[in-house]
Amino acid sequence: MIEVDNIHKSFGESHILKGVSTCFDKGKTNLIIGQSGSGKTVFLKCLLGLFSPEQGSISYNGQIYADLTRDQQRMLRQEMGMVFQGSALFDSMTVAGNVMFPLEMFTKQARSEMEDRVNMVLQRVNLHDAHKKYPSEISGGMQKRVAIARAIVMNPKYLFCDEPNSGLDPKTAIVIDNLIQEITKEYDITTVINTHDMNSVMEIGEKIVFLKNGYKEWEGTKNEIFKTDNEAVTNFVYSSELFKKVRQMYLEERN
Amino acid sequence: MKQIAAIGKYWIMVWELFKKPTKWSVMRNLILKEIDELIYGSMGIIVFISFFIGGVVAIQTALNITNPLIPKYLVGFATRQSVILEFAPTFTSIIMAGKVGSYITSSIGTMRVTEQIDALEVMGVNSLNYLVFPKIIAMLMYPFVIAIAMNVGILGGWIAGVFGGFSSSADFINGIQLDFIPYHVFYAFMKTLAFAFIIATVPSFHGYYMKGGALEVGKASTTSFVWTSVVIIITNYTLTQLMLG
Repeated sequence: MIEVDNIHKSFGESHILKGVSTCFDKGKTNLIIGQSGSGKTVFLKCLLGLFSPEQGSISYNGQIYADLTRDQQRMLRQEMGMVFQGSALFDSMTVAGNVMFPLEMFTKQARSEMEDRVNMVLQRVNLHDAHKKYPSEISGGMQKRVAIARAIVMNPKYLFCDEPNSGLDPKTAIVIDNLIQEITKEYDITTVINTHDMNSVMEIGEKIVFLKNGYKEWEGTKNEIFKTDNEAVTNFVYSSELFKKVRQMYLEERN
Repeated sequence: MKQIAAIGKYWIMVWELFKKPTKWSVMRNLILKEIDELIYGSMGIIVFISFFIGGVVAIQTALNITNPLIPKYLVGFATRQSVILEFAPTFTSIIMAGKVGSYITSSIGTMRVTEQIDALEVMGVNSLNYLVFPKIIAMLMYPFVIAIAMNVGILGGWIAGVFGGFSSSADFINGIQLDFIPYHVFYAFMKTLAFAFIIATVPSFHGYYMKGGALEVGKASTTSFVWTSVVIIITNYTLTQLMLG
C-alpha cells in the first residue's frame, strides 16, 4: 500500500503539486488521470523517488520514503517496477538483455536461472520470438510489453506505469491494459497508472484519482465516475460524444 | 555565478560516481565495451592525424631553417620535441574531445531524453557509476594511444623530411636522439592521464545533466566540446607550469 500525505512540489516559480493526499491499495489498479500539465507525471516521479517533495510524505507499507537512508531508498526501489511512457528500453541491449538487466544487477543467480526467468516473463507478456531483437527492431506495442516484462522480472511489490498505451492503436492499448491488470492480480502488487486514456479508465480503473492544476480534484471508483457531479471530472472524462453516450446509457440502465 | 555552480555540480558528480559501485561482473563487460568504443575506435583517426602532423612539423621546421649555420639535425630534434611535448598529448586530446566527447555527451544525453537514466535510477542503480565510471577506467588506456601517437608522429616527420628532401635520414635520426630527456615523456604521460579524466567526465557531465529533447542533445554535444577543450587547455598550461616551469 502506498500512502501519500499532502505533498507539494515546485520547480522554480511554478508550483506543480499543491498538497495532494491519497492512498493506493495493494492488488488494485490505481489510475491517476488529468489533463496535460495537471501534475500527473511529477506526481508519479515523486512516488518513484525521482523527485523529492518539498512538503508532505510518501510511505510504502508504512515506511516513509524520505526517512530512509539512501541505501534503504535504493533497496526499496528494487521492489518497484516502472513502465515509462516511451518504454525507456536500453538501446544497446537485446530484448532478453533488457529483461535480464535487473537480475544481472541485483541477484546472484546462475546464468541459466536468469535465462529461465527471462523466458518465463517474456512468455507471460506474450513475447515469444523477440529475445534476440533490439528495441529499435520491434513495434511500439512490443516495446511496451518488454518494458512490462522488465518491470516484473524481479517480482516487484509496486508497479508504476506512465501512460502505458500512449502511441498505441486501440486494440494493442486494450491488450496492454488487460496485461497490466492481470499482472496486478496475479502478483498481488500495488499498481499505479498515469493515463489520460478514457478507455483505460473504463476498462481497468479500480481506483481513480483526478488531478487538476496540481490539486486532487476527485477520487473514486470506475462506477462512481459515472455518477459524479463534479464538473471538472465530467468535463474531462466525458469530453467525447462517445463517452457522453456511454454515461447516459449507464445512468439510464441504473434508473 | 552559473559557471561556478556548474563547477560545484561537476565535482559532486565526480564524488557520486564512485559511490555504490556496480557489480563487478557487469562492470567488467562495461569497461571492455568502453575500451572498444573510446580507445580502439579512436586509433584510426589518431594514427592518421599524428602521422600528418609529424610530417607537417618536420617540413615547416626544415623550411624555416634558412641559416646554413643551423645544423640539419634540428629538423628531427624539433619534430621530436613538438610531437612528444605538445602535439601528441594536447592536440590529440582536443581531437578526442571532439570525437569521443561528442559521443559520450550524445549517448548519455539521449539516455536522459529517453528516460533510460530514470529507468536505471528507479531500479536502484547508481546511474553515474554505471555510465561514467567505466569510461574513466577505459580512458586509463589513453596514455598507450598517446604513446602510439608520439611514435607515429615522429615516423611521419621522418618520412616527410627524408622523402621530401628536407633532411637526410642520418641527420633526422641524430636529431631525434639528441638531448633526450626522459622526464619529458613522463610529463607528457602525466598530462595525458589528466586529459583522459577530463575527456571522460566533462562530456559525461554535459550529457547527464542536460534537459530538453533531441535538439538539446545536439547543443549539449557542442557545449561539451567547447568546455572540454577549454578545460584541457587550462590544465595543459597549469601542468606545464608546475612540471616544467
